[in-house]
Amino acid sequence: MCTVRGLVKTYPAARGRRGAPATPEVRASDGIDLDVVRGEVFGLLGPNGAGKSTLVRQLTGLLRPDAGQVRVLGHDLVRHPERASRLLGYLGQDSTALDELTVALAAETTARLRGLDARAARAERDAVIGELGLAGIAGRPLKKLSGGQRRLACVAAALVGERPLLVLDEPTTGMDPVARRAVWAAVDRRRAERGVTVLLVTHNVIEAETVLDRVAVLDRGRVIACDTPAGLKAMVADEVRVELVWRAEAPLHIPGVAALRDAAHASGRRWTLRLAPDAARAAIATVTGGPAFAALDDFTLATPSLEDVYVALGGLTDGAEGLVKT
Amino acid sequence: MSVVPAQAMPGMPKAGVPAEEAGGAAPRPADGVPAPLVAPAPLAASARLLPALAAVYRAQLSRARVARIPLLFVATFQSVGIMVLMRGVVDEGGGAARSVVAGSSVLVVAFVALNLLAQYFGQLRASGGLDHYATLPVPPAAVVLGAAAAYASFTVPGTAVTAVVGSALFQLPMGHLWVLAAVVPLSGAALAGLGAALGLLAPRQELATLCGQLGMSAALLLGVLPADRMPEVVSYARDLLPSTYGVEALARSFDGQPDWLAVCADLGVCAGVAVVSLAAATWAYRRAAVR
Repeated sequence: MCTVRGLVKTYPAARGRRGAPATPEVRASDGIDLDVVRGEVFGLLGPNGAGKSTLVRQLTGLLRPDAGQVRVLGHDLVRHPERASRLLGYLGQDSTALDELTVALAAETTARLRGLDARAARAERDAVIGELGLAGIAGRPLKKLSGGQRRLACVAAALVGERPLLVLDEPTTGMDPVARRAVWAAVDRRRAERGVTVLLVTHNVIEAETVLDRVAVLDRGRVIACDTPAGLKAMVADEVRVELVWRAEAPLHIPGVAALRDAAHASGRRWTLRLAPDAARAAIATVTGGPAFAALDDFTLATPSLEDVYVALGGLTDGAEGLVKT
Repeated sequence: MSVVPAQAMPGMPKAGVPAEEAGGAAPRPADGVPAPLVAPAPLAASARLLPALAAVYRAQLSRARVARIPLLFVATFQSVGIMVLMRGVVDEGGGAARSVVAGSSVLVVAFVALNLLAQYFGQLRASGGLDHYATLPVPPAAVVLGAAAAYASFTVPGTAVTAVVGSALFQLPMGHLWVLAAVVPLSGAALAGLGAALGLLAPRQELATLCGQLGMSAALLLGVLPADRMPEVVSYARDLLPSTYGVEALARSFDGQPDWLAVCADLGVCAGVAVVSLAAATWAYRRAAVR
């Protein structure tokens, strides 16, 4: 369906100008291999600057790789980048091109530019507006909408005109749960009815766990893991996550708490610990019994999430603390 | 891509022709041997030039409803204001009055088609908005021509209002103002092509804005001020500016017996510049869309 082999893209170093410091050369794709199977929802997960968007732009023919191969549905997109637009629908991060159009006209124009005739474009427009629940704002320009509504209108434009592959770069940013559900329902419907494949860039680990069939975790231009969400979580299955929230200062004078301090990642009053099940049980016993309990505001005990996987994997390379680096 | 000769691969459709270029036919498996290459999926149809151009034009035109003030009114106010100012120093009915009215009318075209379109494409390019068009199967010419045509259309009401107000203000005959029907589209196309090319070629958005502003200022100074009072060097610069020929054509039409041959020659220059600048803009778009 979609095969990537040995993809390399390096952004050249920029010379410093007044007011802008020089930036070193960045290897945004560093030998990426991927195989996306027909009909699956495949996710790219990683922190800001991991190279997700660069990868996606190479898959959509927008950016020419320095080396490597991209094949989508049997077509060589490195040699023929112009074919990408006839194979896939793309939702980028920016909406400038559509901002001053009404929601209905944005969808209709995009359908026309995907090669549909006027009547088919209007039919697709009406269908997608109904499907995503945009009827109430169909006549308003995107510019005047809230961020989530605007994003939803852009999703509508990306969905019009049948394409066997949808490449969506953070489609649900800023959306409320209702809009988000409408997007995933629309994606699911296309997959069930037409076997559409979806390649998704996301930051949101919770969303990733619920909608993705497989995930590739990217870090510094490399795929550091690729599996189903469950498979990835199995990598850290021997750990559970304990979160402790203290009322004020942690009671470090209590020996049991002081012993946990070294294993914890502290963020203000909140401590996060990744422990083996036995150790977690002991830790909970320590903080819920005796004097420590008086200082405890809240605690949770959870099985690992994709975020834990990410931290575990990221820890191997550069000690990243979470999906979103700040 | 496989370079194995066809004799060795019975499933290959044709010797030396990669499967994906052989019309999408599935390589037939021979003797139960699986085909070496997966048949490439059929490509969806591309948008054809004219329907795509019409769609882009319609979408761009609708932007006037949202951005009414910058796209339709600012240029008109500016030109009418300039004429009112010049009324104080220029006598009615003379050659200078013709220059002022013709220059101010074409200035509307320069403001919208050159300056605003350069800014629009500069912004689209800087923000990544071009990706939207670049990932649709639409001919580059459709995007550029559609936008240029829409911006040229935005100038129609402003140019007409300016020409009529100016003619009244300076007591010029309005009998031949229908020439605007040729002046606006032709100088509009020439200046919009120039604006689009500048916006798409400028390495940074600020430079696109600057180029657009400078182009508009040149059209203002070289178009509105009477040519016979300019130093020689400046009048060469005036000859190089495409808007000048639109100004000349319109100024000539204020004569009682206009020299239609000269008007046609001026408009011919506009048309020639339009073809070249729109071709350059299309090339610039193609270059900007895939990096």
